[in-house]
Amino acid sequence: MNAPANGSDRVIEVRGLRNQFGAQVVHEGLDLDVRRGEIVGVVGGSGSGKSVLLRSIIGLNRPAAGSVRLLGTDMMKAGDEERIAVERRCGVLFQNGALFSSLSVADNVMVPMREHHDLPLALMQRFAALKIALAGLPPDAGAKFPAQLSGGMVKRAALARAIALDPDILFLDEPTAGLDPIGAAAFDQLILTLRESLGLTVFLITHDLDTLYTICDRVAVLSQKRVLVADTLDKVERCDDAWVQEYFQGPRGRAAERAVSSSKRIAAYAAPTRN
Amino acid sequence: MSAAGTATLRHGQDGDVVVAAGDWTIAAAPVLAAEVAALARRHGRSLRVDASGIARLDTSGARLLLDLAGERGVDGLDATRRALVDAVAEADVAVKGPPPADGGLVALLARTGAAAEQVARDASQLLGFIGLVLATLARCLFVPRRWRLTSLAFHLEQTGLDAVPIVVLLNFLVGAVVAFLGATVLKDFGATVFTVELIGYSFLREFGVLLTAILIAGRSGSAFTAQIGSMKSREEIDAIRTLGLDPVEVLVLPRLLALLVALPALAFIAMLSGIVGGALVCALSMDISPTMFVTRFHDLAATRHFWVGMSKAPIFAFLIASIGCLEGFKVSGSAESVGTHTTSSVVQSIFVAILVDALAAIFYMEIDV
Repeated sequence: MNAPANGSDRVIEVRGLRNQFGAQVVHEGLDLDVRRGEIVGVVGGSGSGKSVLLRSIIGLNRPAAGSVRLLGTDMMKAGDEERIAVERRCGVLFQNGALFSSLSVADNVMVPMREHHDLPLALMQRFAALKIALAGLPPDAGAKFPAQLSGGMVKRAALARAIALDPDILFLDEPTAGLDPIGAAAFDQLILTLRESLGLTVFLITHDLDTLYTICDRVAVLSQKRVLVADTLDKVERCDDAWVQEYFQGPRGRAAERAVSSSKRIAAYAAPTRN
Repeated sequence: MSAAGTATLRHGQDGDVVVAAGDWTIAAAPVLAAEVAALARRHGRSLRVDASGIARLDTSGARLLLDLAGERGVDGLDATRRALVDAVAEADVAVKGPPPADGGLVALLARTGAAAEQVARDASQLLGFIGLVLATLARCLFVPRRWRLTSLAFHLEQTGLDAVPIVVLLNFLVGAVVAFLGATVLKDFGATVFTVELIGYSFLREFGVLLTAILIAGRSGSAFTAQIGSMKSREEIDAIRTLGLDPVEVLVLPRLLALLVALPALAFIAMLSGIVGGALVCALSMDISPTMFVTRFHDLAATRHFWVGMSKAPIFAFLIASIGCLEGFKVSGSAESVGTHTTSSVVQSIFVAILVDALAAIFYMEIDV
């Protein structure tokens, strides 16, 4: 949609990242690239620092060492104004939605619009309604408060807020956790659709193998304090690390793979002439 | 950075075309929306739009393009932008206006009625809850196995011991202030020595216990509401129930019993420090020496007044703990609800404490104590 800032197609560039809390080192020499328009899934065991990585990239956690470049800007060295300009181009979906509980869904979506743009109220309400619809919520959801929403609707409302300013990069922290399989599959499809139509780059943390197989272009495995491998699923599966093998070749991994490959076959039969 | 978006009408051979150019993004939306509205007013949605000159397009811009021309009327889009416009068109934007704002006399009456109803409901709920607590207390009192001593000790420390410094300081200062007031008023009558009586009466009968109750309502009643409320919103109360335990027994009784012990003890300390504060002012600015203060104090029949004051402490404790815990149980879901109920808990506790104090004053006056 927009031209890359400096000719590079890497929208996220993490180099030599080191995070540590007290004596406990979470990341050490971590490198990761995310290219424009792709969906990258980050996996790793509990406590491997997936959320810390996300927080480091979006600037909520200052790493002990290393650099993070977002959309070509070095976030460690950038001035306040420059950093805010980049942050406006990022949308974040937190694990539990993090909707403001005192505001209705529509007001939640309007918060970033109010803060960063000088829009008339009526126009803002129309844009908010549009985002709410794009996130797959019914129109009457806008007037509801977060406490009145189900788990799946909270995620969608939070997604609507995350895309309020048409971000270039969308960060998702376990987007399908706590959703039923139908809701999770629908959410996966929604992210795919938004990526196609809005030209988003998506960085997502997940434990959901179905999500990995369905929507991720590349998978980054976080292990031993760094990114062990970041590549397409086929290649990651062939990585001969014990943890990776157990993750993808365990009973759940195989089931997810089977399900996805068979559904892809069915899709191929059903629409053989598409494009 | 490219220029802000524009929409210009151009008359061509095959009808009028709107040429869109520049950035059609949310930043340019206010200006664009006005232009679009003006064009649409004059020409309806029958215009065609040439969008090939657009530098940047986002969903907000796409929405405005659609307002101008409808889904089929936008030309000059590449595949990506076509997908964006289609997605926006597909998202069924049934804009619901905000609910009509009600104002004026009707709303005033409605809110007054709702508030009155709420007060009645709160009162009946509180009575019901007090009954429940008393029944649970009666059930547990004679079964030592069900006494939660650890929890009781913890709450004793939190509500009692930790509150001592602030209670002492506050009452000491108020005691000094009352002594100054007494000195000023009584000097005209040459009766400054009666300041001792003033301090004794006021602190033993009223101030000591009432100030403590108000402090504890703000300090511990609110804490009870916030603790139980956040447990409620995180489903911990439900977990307690499913484990076969009684939330009233587990959560309310230790807090209630702790306050029943702590508040009278604090009230006693409050009386002492208030009187010391008064005595200090007497000694420093009125030539009433501490010895003289104590002697006069003895003539006061102080024990009687002391018991009048102390008799109110357990009642305040019981009410503050009950209100605090009940408000906690009323919390629903959100963090905001915790805040609302904490406020309500403090307001109710202080109101009830002062109300009961006034009733007690009338009662003791009537029976001539």
